[in-house]
Amino acid sequence: MGVNNVLIKGIPVSEGIGLGRAVVIKESEYKVKKTKIEDTGAELRRFLDSIEKAKEQIRKIKAATHESLGEKNAMIFDAHLLILDDPEFVNMVKGKIEEGVSAEFAIDESARFFENIILSLEDEYMRERANDIKDVALRLIRILNGEEQIDLKSLPEGSVLIAHDLTPSQTAQINKRHVRGFVTEKGGKTSHTAIIARTYGIPAVVGVENILYKIKDGDFLIVDGYEGVVYVNPEEDLIKEYERKLIEENRKKEELKSFLYVEPRTQDGRRIKLFANIAHIEEVDAALKNGAEGIGLFRTEFLFMDRSQPPSEDEQFEVYKSVLEKMEGRPVIIRTLDIGGDKNISYLNIDKEENPFLGYRAIRLCLGNRELFKTQLRALLRASIYGKLKIMFPMITCIDEVYQAKWIIQEAKEELKKESISYSQNIEIGIMIETPSAAVISDILAKEVDFFSIGTNDLIQYTLAIDRTNDKVSYLYNPLHPAVLRLIKMTVENAHKNGIEVSVCGEIASNPEIVPVLIGLGVDELSVNPSKILSVKKRILQMKCEEEKHRAEDLLSWQ
Amino acid sequence: MVEAKVVLKNPTGLHARSASIFVTEAGKFKSDIFIIKDGKQVNAKSILNILAMGAKKGDEIVLKVVGEDEDKALKHLVDLLENLNE
Repeated sequence: MGVNNVLIKGIPVSEGIGLGRAVVIKESEYKVKKTKIEDTGAELRRFLDSIEKAKEQIRKIKAATHESLGEKNAMIFDAHLLILDDPEFVNMVKGKIEEGVSAEFAIDESARFFENIILSLEDEYMRERANDIKDVALRLIRILNGEEQIDLKSLPEGSVLIAHDLTPSQTAQINKRHVRGFVTEKGGKTSHTAIIARTYGIPAVVGVENILYKIKDGDFLIVDGYEGVVYVNPEEDLIKEYERKLIEENRKKEELKSFLYVEPRTQDGRRIKLFANIAHIEEVDAALKNGAEGIGLFRTEFLFMDRSQPPSEDEQFEVYKSVLEKMEGRPVIIRTLDIGGDKNISYLNIDKEENPFLGYRAIRLCLGNRELFKTQLRALLRASIYGKLKIMFPMITCIDEVYQAKWIIQEAKEELKKESISYSQNIEIGIMIETPSAAVISDILAKEVDFFSIGTNDLIQYTLAIDRTNDKVSYLYNPLHPAVLRLIKMTVENAHKNGIEVSVCGEIASNPEIVPVLIGLGVDELSVNPSKILSVKKRILQMKCEEEKHRAEDLLSWQ
Repeated sequence: MVEAKVVLKNPTGLHARSASIFVTEAGKFKSDIFIIKDGKQVNAKSILNILAMGAKKGDEIVLKVVGEDEDKALKHLVDLLENLNE
């Protein structure tokens, strides 16, 4: 019995419309009953067979992961293989089977035994390893139960994947061309599923409660990634309406594709650079696919979140290096850690603050945690030889912060020199202009740095004293407020007087109504989400820079 | 039977990837291989045992090898532990 014509709401994390049939990925219940076995020899063979089958499955997943996500992500599967080869584990299971219990029960008991010891070590890395044991045991039990593993590589065309959450090993296997949408129970805008969905342009709705019970295999679904809704077995009229929307959407996409190799230039000849904002290494592909000329903002926060210790220099180095390599010599602006008390990061020990957005965050936190900061800078410097790296500091409010940050870069360089480790000799250093104070003293700052990037989200919030997430005042959030525009203009003029370029990397850089204003104010570069690059390019191609200059002038004194 | 004392110098000890590397290498030898830490002896070919031991940087462990290729195995594994940099 299926439900019909039901609307389910969630969080939209990847735009687009998808129509298709549900494929539900259910997590098996990890419960095994104790059953008595007579033929222990046969049971032992069942167990040994299941190990071989599990190894085969894991090797396949490992190869697929290696191909799509790189060696580092594939490494977890080495641990799984080692567990299947572990003599202590295998012997414990065998011993139990010989006592006359089923293979499933013996595996479950043995896995729990090791899991408990490892969990008692109270170490986050170890907790992950405990998960590995659980995963391996679950895989074996599924094989023994003859449960079919949904073959993610050969999903039928027009599938909508329904899951609690999708893991990197799952998304690595999925044939993205056959998938029309993702709907998951867990997750938010920055979850793995959301990033993968945006990277591949697959509509996605996440954060839907009890989705695994609401949707059944084969249900016909409409996924609306704009509104964050999913229709289950909708009426014919609604399907027709969405099919029309889908055709229109595809037409627009095709139109935008025609701009892929066109230079972003206004009708009167002003060349604007178009860069991509990314927060995760997996998004580099999407940036390139959409014709980004470089990475205008690589947020490094994700490297530091959801863990009990900061990432090591080597770990960071590998990530920065692969982004630079993938961009093949195109500029890559990497922003140093921009984090504060609003994010709960245990190892930073940030005291609870009344007002974290005015508190100990971003460059302030980095200057106060020299080791943490220098580790990141050393990793960046070491990676610099693999491409065109530019380093950017967030939330600058005074010149002293620039001096200090540059001083620490110098220290890091000298350390590397002593250790005979090479780094690029011409790394540009830039800053975010995202506080009113930085904009106002941009004439002074411009003499000390190689580029500016205006972070409009924060600049607007700090200039207008508006918390956009507060419903009572959000109506005052106005990117076109003359105060904001004047600060942008002042920043651009001061930069140009000192021969440096200005980019805008905030959300408004992809707003088709505001793009012309930014160009009119003299901004040189726009950095936007990969999926927005082409629509921004289209807008640039339509405008005349001179006209927009006059219009922007008017807006500066508009009330 | 041969044995050797080793002080773990790499940052993660026999943790993380170093444990995986060590177990993979130990598995290549025919001899029985054990690690003794704080008087407790475990099978060095078992990833779960090694992880459960929780050996950290600075810990002293004894490597004990018994079997036909014991000398070769001991030398190889001591070298490996001393050159781990993860």
